[in-house]
Amino acid sequence: MTIKLGIPSKGRLQDKTFDWFRARGIELSRTGSEREYAGAVTGVEGVELVLLSAGEIPRELAAGRIHLGVTGTDLVREKTPNWAQTTTELAKLGFGQADLIVAVPRTWIDVDTLDDLDAAAAQFRADHGFRLRIATKYHALVRDFLRDRGVADYQLVDSQGATEGTVKNLTAEAIADITSSGDTLKANHLKVISDGIIHRSQAVLFRSLTADWGGGNARNFGALAAKIARTV
Amino acid sequence: MLNDRRARIKAEANRLSEFFLTQGALPVEAASLQPAETLLDLYGEDIRARAYVTHDAINGEQMLRPDFTVPVVQMHMNEGAEPARYTYQGPVWRRQEAGSDRASEYLQVGFELFDRADPTASDAEVFALFAEVLAPLKLRAATGDLGILTAAVAGLDTLERRKSALARHIWRPNRFRQLLDRFSGAVPVPNSRAKLLASLEKTGVRDLISTQGTHVGLRSPSEITARICALQADATAPKISSAQVALLNGILTLREKSSTALASLREIERDMPAIRCAVDRFEARLAALAARGINVDALDFEGSYGRTTMEYYDGFVFGFYAENRDDLPVIASGGRYDALTAVLGQGRSIPAVGGVIRPEFMLALSEGAP
Repeated sequence: MTIKLGIPSKGRLQDKTFDWFRARGIELSRTGSEREYAGAVTGVEGVELVLLSAGEIPRELAAGRIHLGVTGTDLVREKTPNWAQTTTELAKLGFGQADLIVAVPRTWIDVDTLDDLDAAAAQFRADHGFRLRIATKYHALVRDFLRDRGVADYQLVDSQGATEGTVKNLTAEAIADITSSGDTLKANHLKVISDGIIHRSQAVLFRSLTADWGGGNARNFGALAAKIARTV
Repeated sequence: MLNDRRARIKAEANRLSEFFLTQGALPVEAASLQPAETLLDLYGEDIRARAYVTHDAINGEQMLRPDFTVPVVQMHMNEGAEPARYTYQGPVWRRQEAGSDRASEYLQVGFELFDRADPTASDAEVFALFAEVLAPLKLRAATGDLGILTAAVAGLDTLERRKSALARHIWRPNRFRQLLDRFSGAVPVPNSRAKLLASLEKTGVRDLISTQGTHVGLRSPSEITARICALQADATAPKISSAQVALLNGILTLREKSSTALASLREIERDMPAIRCAVDRFEARLAALAARGINVDALDFEGSYGRTTMEYYDGFVFGFYAENRDDLPVIASGGRYDALTAVLGQGRSIPAVGGVIRPEFMLALSEGAP
């Protein structure tokens, strides 16, 4: 029985996660060939490394198939509606900061707030005969946010990538996407709605509440928790 | 054991269906899979959070029916004779929030009445039928009338645009309140709006748009210009007076027995004549209810009732509740939805009123507290 630690299978998020653990005396490493998804953990007993797509980590945590996992809070909230019952945050990792925002064309000088967006959506539907399209991959978070703020007459259209380009391509009128610097938005002639920040995300080490924590796992987790609680 | 319970719920449903059939209703069926597009256009994107959407590469998005009203209205508009009374029975599917123990599939038995002749008599007929079949359970009935609120909004002494913005959000009480606060000056205009209007004093709309860089997207500069004109008109228009806001609040917060509520509404009407026709209809409905043996001196009326349900009721609304059973939601509910028939009827419309009952809750009540 080992504690399964899920981390992103590639990219900057993986590198920074390795650094974060290394600074706390836990060495995570890839094993085998560069392309093989296998890893090793030293510095703490009974922990196994599982390399996963960052987008799948929330689901695996909620199902209890991994005990610990590193991913963005945006993905956890989007993919597991019952995240508060199935996971808990062990540590904010201090990287991977990005905001999920609503953005519209810069030339929409009449739209600065969600209030404006709602009015523009009503007008757009009357003029064009269909609901104003907002491109996103964060369907649940965006819908809950807009419902809570009382925005109507919009529709969500799915966009799994290059979302900022959908407005120019006339497949959406507005977007809701993750941004960190805002450069991509600017380059695509978009601006953020001033009260349109849906969620401030960052990388977090999550603990699954549904995984099996019995037997040796409880003891080994104690040792791991003591290491990661250290301020660096 | 589980199946035994389902069988008893079904028996309860059959008893209700039998009752509506003996009242002259025609039995109708509806497909479980409904085109998602129709429901999305009607309810907005929120319905996705409450209904099950299926994906089909050939037929497009379909939804497991979240209610019967839409398919029954469509069927009636396509092939129904007038007047018509329909009853239906079957499961509906609703997604529940995380952590909820509410069922996501449950039986509904419904009754819908399409009749042009005398809408208030139709309202009373539907309510009285529900009251009769539910009578052994000794439920509390709540009623309301969204027609009065709609008339009050339409009668405000302010810009048409403001009135249609308020009317559009009658079913979103928080948003409605925000807009009313804005239009009445209780909340100041946002800074960004003030700055925009100030810069428009110096620069024309088109020039201001072009200083923002490349224009992208389907919403054109002329649409932006049209809304700017509306914003400018709004900025110079007088605020909605505090007297009118008070009258509107008087309607929204009204909670009285129906006969007393009528007197209060007549009082409000003296300063807000626009609601006269709606209050006349309310009075006629009370007379029709009384003629059917409903004691309107004891019938609860709430000015805001029906504002948080799915947005298609636009007149009389009602619900039946079990007192002292907070574990049970509304047992039966319904109302008038004339505007829905116009939306689905592609130019045609017919006054319509109806409601649904949840047989599983009737069974839970007759079996006593858990």
